Amino acid sequence: MRQPVLKVRDLSVHFRVDAGRLFRHDYRTVRAVDGVSFDVMPAETLGIVGESGCGKSTLARALLGLVSAQGGSISWLGEELVGLGEETMRGKRREIQMIFQDPSGSLDPRMTVGEIVAEPLKTFYPSMSRLQIRERVQGMMQMVGLLPDQINRYPHEFSGGQCQRIGIARALVVNPRLVVCDEPVSALDVSIQAQIVNLLKDLQKKLQLSLIFIAHDLSVVRHVSDRVMVMYLGKLMELADRDSIYLSPRHPYTRALIESVPIPDPVLERERARRVLDGDIPSPLDPPPGCVFHSRCPHARDACQAEVPAVETLEDGAQVACLFHRELAAHGPAVQSPDQGSGVADSSSVSETDSSSPEPR
Amino acid sequence: MALLEVRDLSVSFSTPDGVVHAVNGLSFDLEPGETLGLVGESGSGKTQTALALMGLLADNGRASGSVKFRDQELLGMSSRELTRVRGSKISMIFQDPISSLNPYLSIGDQLIEVLTHHRSLKRKAARERAVEMLERVRIGDPLARMRQFPHELSGGMCQRIMIAMGLLCQPDLLIADEPTTALDVTVQSQINALMGELSEKSSTAILLITHDLGVVAGLCDRVMVMYAGQEMEMAPVVTLFAEPAHPYTEGLLNSVPRLDRARSGILNAIPGNPPNLLQVPAGCPFSARCRHAWEACRERPAFAEVGPDHYKRCHLERLPEAPPET
Repeated sequence: MRQPVLKVRDLSVHFRVDAGRLFRHDYRTVRAVDGVSFDVMPAETLGIVGESGCGKSTLARALLGLVSAQGGSISWLGEELVGLGEETMRGKRREIQMIFQDPSGSLDPRMTVGEIVAEPLKTFYPSMSRLQIRERVQGMMQMVGLLPDQINRYPHEFSGGQCQRIGIARALVVNPRLVVCDEPVSALDVSIQAQIVNLLKDLQKKLQLSLIFIAHDLSVVRHVSDRVMVMYLGKLMELADRDSIYLSPRHPYTRALIESVPIPDPVLERERARRVLDGDIPSPLDPPPGCVFHSRCPHARDACQAEVPAVETLEDGAQVACLFHRELAAHGPAVQSPDQGSGVADSSSVSETDSSSPEPR
Repeated sequence: MALLEVRDLSVSFSTPDGVVHAVNGLSFDLEPGETLGLVGESGSGKTQTALALMGLLADNGRASGSVKFRDQELLGMSSRELTRVRGSKISMIFQDPISSLNPYLSIGDQLIEVLTHHRSLKRKAARERAVEMLERVRIGDPLARMRQFPHELSGGMCQRIMIAMGLLCQPDLLIADEPTTALDVTVQSQINALMGELSEKSSTAILLITHDLGVVAGLCDRVMVMYAGQEMEMAPVVTLFAEPAHPYTEGLLNSVPRLDRARSGILNAIPGNPPNLLQVPAGCPFSARCRHAWEACRERPAFAEVGPDHYKRCHLERLPEAPPET
């Protein structure tokens, strides 16, 4: 059986923040990531979605050791990363690389493209000759769709999409096995977004990379991922195969997220039954007791306030953290898929009227 | 009579690098009560179009052409006259709600100011109207919110307040520039539902600027697709999505992954990058990225009618069948 490259168990990242006013301290703990477990298999893409404050970026940083975890374990090819010293951790970062959201902001404006892409090589392979480095850099630039003769240009001479290509080249130049992409396309225009998504998928295939693809855009995540993890206020809500998440979401939050995304089709979009969630995301400083989602959940009951739902692993390997997900499963799919065969009109059964569903409070 | 008549609107900025042509000869009408979507990628000129309508261009910007609002020319109007129109007959909401509110004034003061200024209401009457309006945009506990300051509220809440403020004087036209782009999806869908409901119930026309085709599909009656400061295609919303006539529109529609479709290999990206607005190409601005481009595209095509209320700026008679999705 294939072994996961990355095993994360019960990972927690907490920050101490001062929520007080001037001269009156009030230290509180933000549980940015709270008891999250998942695996990443070789050459697979794990999508992570959630709204702001759900901890997806903190999770990414924790995987690379850019913030330290307070508890749990991150096991990389069988080796524990939590608690590693800075020096040893740096060595691991050859194998785990990251691509950032802001394409031009994550590049040093005073370095040429060649220097930017060469820097990781110089760090990890100090014995490489200048000629070897130059060849490798040019090969990498070609691979990501940049012209090798642009090697002496500066980041400001490139568009956002091209800057993201430079970021990708920098991440891949040291042959990593896992690339953590934190919102890699959300700053880009749609036509450019598609280019970068295609490039990432293409490189993944060529190089047998594992990807962690973090995004708030559920449509893009559906397109790129094999499995998807949904987070809310630092907690894992649901983790399942892509089709299972999108066609039969088990957690009410997953369903709400999917129903919120507008579909670029005026006929479908206007006939779609959807339930708009009330209220805002609670402050991570002061998350609701019990299930963190209960304050906005249309199906919440008293038990949801009292009990923190455990993450339950189901027969098909999916993980769900909801006390009542079995009863809620009676609801229809969250979004009708044309490739599912059934018509649009059926989607009206999605919410509200199902008799077997528990009454919203 | 159209509520808003824009004819041959051009906006340019003089910069140290040269003149940037942000909008190049744009014309469109907006009927009372209608929601028109302005779609395009960054740099397509959609925001500058809106700012030009409102007389809010940056100091180095110049607008030419004609913008008639209820038969009244807005371009070249003195700022005094403009102030009377802005906020009372035309109002605007912006992408970043928190920074478009004044951080020094309470929500209540900001709402009341609109009414005392434009409607000459007494403070007490204005306060009542403001509370009423906050209720209409579904803000819970409006009296408490009136005393709060923008930084105490979430982004979604601030955007509701911006919408309430925009609607206080019952304007004929509301310009919404990417109103939900900065918000989380669940909050985005709340605001979209609210905007849809308000446009149904009131007679306010909405000019909705967005890059999100999903939002357009849900809210707009008609859509105009912009590229390099020009209109590429304009059509009723259902027509535009079902039978796009311009290769750029088709490219945009094909390049977005859709939530309701399972994975289909690679996305049909549009190759290349948007043009540099310092040197807008003489012919069709999209020709450099268009897979159907031919010699004729060196000349700028006319914005011609292709069907009922459906216009496009393209030399192609009709779009060839799209390649099958891989």
